[in-house]
Amino acid sequence: MQRTSEIHPGDSARLLQIGGERSFCRRLMELGFLPGTSVRLVRRIVVGDLVEFEVRGGHISLRASEAVALVFERTR
Amino acid sequence: MRAQSPAALAAGPRTPLVAVAGNPNTGKTTLFNRLTKSDQKVANYPGVTVDRHVGRMRLASGLQISVLDVPGTYSLSARSREEEIAIQSIAGLGGEALPDLVLLVVDATQLSRNLYMALQILELEVPLVVALNMTDVLEDRGESIDTEALSRDLGVQVISISALKGRGIDGLERAIELALANPASARPGPRWKPETADLVADLDFIAAALPADWIRGSTARARALAAWALLSVDDPDELHVVPDAVRRAALDRRTRAAAAGRQVDAEIIRGRYGWIDAHMPAFVRPSTRGREVSERADAVLLNPWIGFPLFLLAMSVVFLALFSWSEPAIGWIESAFGFVNDVVRGGMSPSIVRDFITDGLIAGVGSVVVFLPQILLLFLFIGVLEDTGYMARVALLMDRVMRAMGLNGRAFVPMLSGYACAVPAILATRTMERQRDRTLTMMVIPLMTCSARLPVYTLVIAALFPPTLLLGFAPVQALLLVAMYLFSTVLALVVAAVLSRTMLKAPSVPLILELPPYRTPHWPSVVRQMLQKSRAFLSEAGTVILVCTVILWGLLSFPKDGAREARRAELQTQVAAIESEPSSPDVQARLDVLASEQGELAGDALRASYAGRLGQAIEPTIEPLGFDWKIGIGLIGAFAAREVFVATMGVVYGIGDADEESATLRDRIRAETRANGEPVYTPLVGLSLMVFFALACQCMSTLAAVRRETKSWGWVAFLFVYMTALAWIASFVVYQGGRLLGFS
Repeated sequence: MQRTSEIHPGDSARLLQIGGERSFCRRLMELGFLPGTSVRLVRRIVVGDLVEFEVRGGHISLRASEAVALVFERTR
Repeated sequence: MRAQSPAALAAGPRTPLVAVAGNPNTGKTTLFNRLTKSDQKVANYPGVTVDRHVGRMRLASGLQISVLDVPGTYSLSARSREEEIAIQSIAGLGGEALPDLVLLVVDATQLSRNLYMALQILELEVPLVVALNMTDVLEDRGESIDTEALSRDLGVQVISISALKGRGIDGLERAIELALANPASARPGPRWKPETADLVADLDFIAAALPADWIRGSTARARALAAWALLSVDDPDELHVVPDAVRRAALDRRTRAAAAGRQVDAEIIRGRYGWIDAHMPAFVRPSTRGREVSERADAVLLNPWIGFPLFLLAMSVVFLALFSWSEPAIGWIESAFGFVNDVVRGGMSPSIVRDFITDGLIAGVGSVVVFLPQILLLFLFIGVLEDTGYMARVALLMDRVMRAMGLNGRAFVPMLSGYACAVPAILATRTMERQRDRTLTMMVIPLMTCSARLPVYTLVIAALFPPTLLLGFAPVQALLLVAMYLFSTVLALVVAAVLSRTMLKAPSVPLILELPPYRTPHWPSVVRQMLQKSRAFLSEAGTVILVCTVILWGLLSFPKDGAREARRAELQTQVAAIESEPSSPDVQARLDVLASEQGELAGDALRASYAGRLGQAIEPTIEPLGFDWKIGIGLIGAFAAREVFVATMGVVYGIGDADEESATLRDRIRAETRANGEPVYTPLVGLSLMVFFALACQCMSTLAAVRRETKSWGWVAFLFVYMTALAWIASFVVYQGGRLLGFS
């Protein structure tokens, strides 16, 4: 089990669960962040303390503080 | 009902309605523009400030159809009234007409996420045609989609197009025609159906509460809308169309499910993605190459070290271009209106009607049109930033700063636009999701140094501050101007921070922002948006400014004193007579005598005019700021629109056609004295005046725009009162503080 902060930029990981406010979860799930989906952490954007993920071909960025609700399992 | 108005206009049978829907950044609007060409209308969805674009097009068979551009969304689920528009337009709820066909624009490079929305539409049993866009981008990456397989699995026509390059449009039009001719074939029913008995029971329970005009006699549609309500309804939400019974049913079932350890949201969303994941391998041949060019660009543009400096550089270029590129055009417009004014003045005999036309109407129209160059440029830049995909990065880079003020990164661009003009900036707040965020942004935008303040600053600085260098290298005048910009920016940030912690306190909303790949802009779409927004500005701000200028002219011109007017006309004739015989010896001396009497009479007329009486009435309140009643007249005029100040001061001091470059106006201001012989205008008064203009809410158009966007007079009143109070206090501190420190 890894938190977002433990994944290196460029690495992929399997999403295990998402948490946080209901509407936040629903939006993320509808964008394809479903448990079991493979997600790549593209980069950390230091200026705004954000992270950029690639999921299902789309690039989505979240605030690092809000992305703590995501739990991953490292894939090779 | 409103959506059918285009149909009502067309003769004969009802015009079929095609709704163009899709995720943001899929090229949906580009396709809409391609289909409808120039035959478009922009209006508002009833009750919300979301633009409703409707166009018309004729298909190859000659059939005329209406095309509706549905706002881009990732899903039909909604929480705010703005998001609700998508489901209303697609399912025909809450007064929106049920479309005869939905044309879903799908980004081929992000197929699975885009298909999620396709499944939602199929569940609603609305006829569907899929336009598979950006297949060219996909092919460049060595990937391909088997459209036949996709079409077979979805059960609807799938047409591969490139909206940007205009490829595949003919085929798409044929598909639209086919689907309209045989709607049943385009309505194959839901792909995903609820699997578990629990979920079916939940949906049927909610479906039982749905009104009949939602269900339209279809069980599948009822379940689909029940699933929509289950995902969308929240406590609290801003949804508007959901009847109370449906809301209660949805909340009740979700609570029960949660108590039983089920997550209904996940069940539904997983179900749809489950179908997509199971079928994707049949129609996509993937490659490992991603969006390489965009990734390389972002490696630079979002780089921890140079990303932010590059962003600041880009914004500075935009900002400078906004002013320097518009300057020649502003000059042309001013001289064109000056020319027309001279022609009218020369062609008509002096009368009150002539004065009304030249000083009221023409000057009024001119003061509106003069903003057009900057407005056009502003929307050109915003359009390019949006179309290239850099706007999403801007929102990211500014998120930190905006968060400190209780806003998110999306608020940055409207605030930046405020430096050109607050009215389009207020319209630009529509890109934000929450009403509270929009309101907060609108409350601080008018503090930004808009271009209407520039003429005032220029006049005051040029007249009252020496063109010397500070410490031998820094020009005092330029520094002052920069200082005024910084002053208002800092104050705007402080006010936003204060409001977000007091009156507009709200939990921060998590940021979920898509970064679309970088693309070349579709120029026709950029230009079209630029023209549409500028037209909106002209009609909204234009009318207000025009009316105010005319009223102001009336206040300055009336009441007229018969004897005085007769004497002025007489003097005018004498001047003309003297000028016509330039050979006589003492021309200049005689003219000077007449001019001084003319000036006195103009001053008397002004003092006696309604505006003059108002200026004298408010003098006690502005005296502590260092202003006399003549400045008071200028301030009253400036409450309609700031730029009116310069022209009003021209009238006040009896100088025709004054502008901020006018040397006579500057001289007149320097020479103006109080009763005790001291000069009225000192550098300290000038500073106090600029501070007042920086902060006071002197723009009727801004108030009108805020009223329109917030639908509340309360916020309009608040904006006016807080800004004007802030201006008074700040000017008071500057003037009285300056005097205490020994300045004059």
